[in-house]
Amino acid sequence: MKELCLIIVLAPLVGAVLAGLFGRSIGRAGAHWVTIIGVGISFLLSAHVFQQVVLNDVEPLNTNLYTWLDTGGISFHVGFLIDELTATMMVVVTFVSLMVHVYTIGYMHEDPGYQRFFSYISLFTFSMLMLVMANNFLQLFFGWEAVGLVSYLLIGFWYKKDTAIYANLKAFLVNRVGDFGFLLGIAAVLMVCGSLDYATVFQAAPGLVGKTVSIIDGHEWSLLTLICLLLFVGAMGKSAQVPLHVWLPDSMEGPTPISALIHAATMVTAGIFMVSRMSPLFELTETALSVVLIIGSITAFFMGLLGLVQNDIKRVVAYSTLSQLGYMTVALGASAYSAAMFHLMTHAFFKALLFLAAGSVIIGMHHEQDMRKMGGLRKHMPITWITSLIGSLALIGFPGFAGFFSKDAIIEAVKLSSTPGAQIGYYACLFGVFITALYSFRLYFMVFHGKGRMDHHTEEHLHESPAVVWVPLVALAIPSVVIGAIAIQPMLFGDYFGASIFITEAHAKGLHHMAEHFHGVLPFMLHGMMQPPFWFAMAGVATAWYLYMQAPHLPARIAAALRPLQRILEAKYGFDAFNEMFFAGGARGTGGLLWRFGDVRLIDGLLVNGSARLVGWFSQLLRGVQSGYLYHYAFAMIVGLLALLAVFVHKVIA
Amino acid sequence: MLSLSHYLIIGAALFCLSVAGIFINRKNVIVLLMCIELMLLAVNMNFIAFSHFNQDIAGQVFVFFILTVAAAESAIGLAILVVLFRNRNSINVEDLDAMKG
Amino acid sequence: MITFETIVFYVFAAMLISAGVLVITLRNPVHAVLSLVLAFFASAGLWLLLEAEFLAIALVLVYVGAVMVLFLFVVMMLDINIAEVREGFARYLPIAAMFAVLMGVSLLLVVGPAHFGTAQVPIPPPVASDVNNTEQLGLAMFTQYVLPLEIASVVLLVAIIAAIALTLRSTRQTKAPKPESQVRVRREDRIRLIKMDAEKGA
Repeated sequence: MKELCLIIVLAPLVGAVLAGLFGRSIGRAGAHWVTIIGVGISFLLSAHVFQQVVLNDVEPLNTNLYTWLDTGGISFHVGFLIDELTATMMVVVTFVSLMVHVYTIGYMHEDPGYQRFFSYISLFTFSMLMLVMANNFLQLFFGWEAVGLVSYLLIGFWYKKDTAIYANLKAFLVNRVGDFGFLLGIAAVLMVCGSLDYATVFQAAPGLVGKTVSIIDGHEWSLLTLICLLLFVGAMGKSAQVPLHVWLPDSMEGPTPISALIHAATMVTAGIFMVSRMSPLFELTETALSVVLIIGSITAFFMGLLGLVQNDIKRVVAYSTLSQLGYMTVALGASAYSAAMFHLMTHAFFKALLFLAAGSVIIGMHHEQDMRKMGGLRKHMPITWITSLIGSLALIGFPGFAGFFSKDAIIEAVKLSSTPGAQIGYYACLFGVFITALYSFRLYFMVFHGKGRMDHHTEEHLHESPAVVWVPLVALAIPSVVIGAIAIQPMLFGDYFGASIFITEAHAKGLHHMAEHFHGVLPFMLHGMMQPPFWFAMAGVATAWYLYMQAPHLPARIAAALRPLQRILEAKYGFDAFNEMFFAGGARGTGGLLWRFGDVRLIDGLLVNGSARLVGWFSQLLRGVQSGYLYHYAFAMIVGLLALLAVFVHKVIA
Repeated sequence: MLSLSHYLIIGAALFCLSVAGIFINRKNVIVLLMCIELMLLAVNMNFIAFSHFNQDIAGQVFVFFILTVAAAESAIGLAILVVLFRNRNSINVEDLDAMKG
Repeated sequence: MITFETIVFYVFAAMLISAGVLVITLRNPVHAVLSLVLAFFASAGLWLLLEAEFLAIALVLVYVGAVMVLFLFVVMMLDINIAEVREGFARYLPIAAMFAVLMGVSLLLVVGPAHFGTAQVPIPPPVASDVNNTEQLGLAMFTQYVLPLEIASVVLLVAIIAAIALTLRSTRQTKAPKPESQVRVRREDRIRLIKMDAEKGA
């Protein structure tokens, strides 16, 4: 098992190194073969581990492989913790990664950076696996930073494009903010528990309840809440929660496979995974849970709204991702970790599917991403059309599709939750469903239905994408349909996660209540059809159909009527402008001030040139003394002699 | 009887004379050198006087060394003077300000 | 109580002081050197009174015989403009006198009879006639002070070489070729190319 895990982690790394360092010698085909084989091995072994741990109930593995550092009584290890949570993530990560690898062959086949791209995505797979398989905070942080780095590299993959460079810098900087909080949280854990191993920390956690810490004199803060909030700041950065979400829409500057793999399916869910992993800590502090829930609600609802006004096909999906991440966060806040993980899994499949489908559309449209120039594509790209429809239905939570089960579970869990702020979360999620349906089908109708708005030349060349592109689509479409129905019973109501997720009795009531009323998949679906979320979703679809199929002139009129609202949405609530003005401008201003005053005046002026000038001035003074005439020196000597003599005589006489 | 004081006063007087000489002959390097010789003589006088009255031969040994160094000094001083005169055709101290800062 | 010794002391002291005054005041450097010689003679006499016979003789022989002759030689060799070097004599006299008096007073305060009178420093008994000053000095110098003596000899050697090196005038007396200038020679020093019109055919 231990060796197995090691192979799972290292196979993509070997692929990445081979493709990255020897890309020139192994060629394009060589690069995609080594990485795909590496990730394929990883996927197969992950599936085996999944089968062992989840289906056959083998004891979770928690082992240290290597002691990296042993200092001052604290050891830093490299180790694995393989339990149900990890196994699930491993399968999801490697599966989506494998699909994206295959898809990339088709998507990037003209790109000069082909080998580099494969190297990066394989490296990403390695980093993500390190993140999810860690058994201590340090390794978690390593994976956390490594995926951040790869994300940075991939957003700026087309490094000659200014917007891409801007976007990857932005992603990196915003993630730094989150990571700083995360690092502080880890440091706090280390300070309090003296260890970074999950097991030790989680064992010590109940003892920390009620302990306080005073950072600012006179203000006592609950230690556990502080730690959890700091850790959650990290999750906010990585999982793009308000207000650290600004990087995710811009990350769409990267190639589409990356958007699917990193910025939709796996990396951005690292925050969700981390909070679930830390459930023994979060469960003990109501305040942190409440903050998590509120932040999640805000993200879920308001980011969805932004999807309505976007015209770039990828950006619509990106805002949809933000919104869905908000749903997961809400579930975390409501202590429904299993629901969050469930939605994470289903979302990984259908969102990757949607992104890859969008990518397929983009290939067909010759790298045109503006939806206003598309339309009627279903005739030309039937597979893409069908899979997109499946993805959209899964996303909006149409009964039977994967998203239906996970989203309904979240909404139900939030409704029953006792976390403060759960009411807000419930309504945010409910209206979010309408918004989701509206923007999803807006995209769907604008791209696949109606009349083609592209130019004649493009239309003539429209055809279905090659097999390497549509096979992953199909492969992802299947779980997008069935995974919900298969997994809901064990994952939500069974003992699926075992000991890997901890929920206090008080918080578990909601899920228990749901479990009591769960009588199988079909009754759940029927029950769901009578619930408000379903009707909200249907209303969304209908609205989209009416606005974009029946009365295409209407959206513009509505926009004109709601001009102020439209403007706010187009400005994305002003987050970017605020950051640009306040943080970037402030930093530039401070820098300018420090430069003009501190550097030019104080250091250069006073310290460096000032001291030189002082010496110069003093030397000028002394220069006058150096007349060069012998008798002046003799005179000085005699005067000095006389003075010494005077002192001596004074002593003798006294 | 002659006390130590007598000799020391002679030495002091000689020293003061040479200091005055340095002042009033400030332009003539040769006389400056001679004044320095005179100063050393005064110092030697003191050494020998102390040596005699303390009955310690070390004082005379020191005088010997001082004479050695003084001879070396005047030899080099005069050599410099000769070179100087050869180059500048003058031994006026006021012409010698190459060391002016 | 006036003894023969006292008379000799005062005579030599008077000679020494007056010779010193002459050294610093005489216009002619030759005369000044001769006064310095006189001062050395007088102090040699005083040193005899102090039973430092060897040094007294050495002073006369080495100093007067060699160093002072050197002085005389240089003074006479250099054509010194007396008027020029003497100017400012009267101008600096007051300040010189002031310094001299100040220094003299403060020195006298220390070395006067109050501190170094016969009461404080008793007069040593006269040495026996068989005691040899030269032998004593030699013993001290070649045993206890042998290393300083060596250093002193090195100082003298350095002085000799320095004096020669300083005054040596490098005159060109040999006809041997200079290898360094032969090596350093460049093409331009030897060859000059001149442009000329070609001779026209008849």
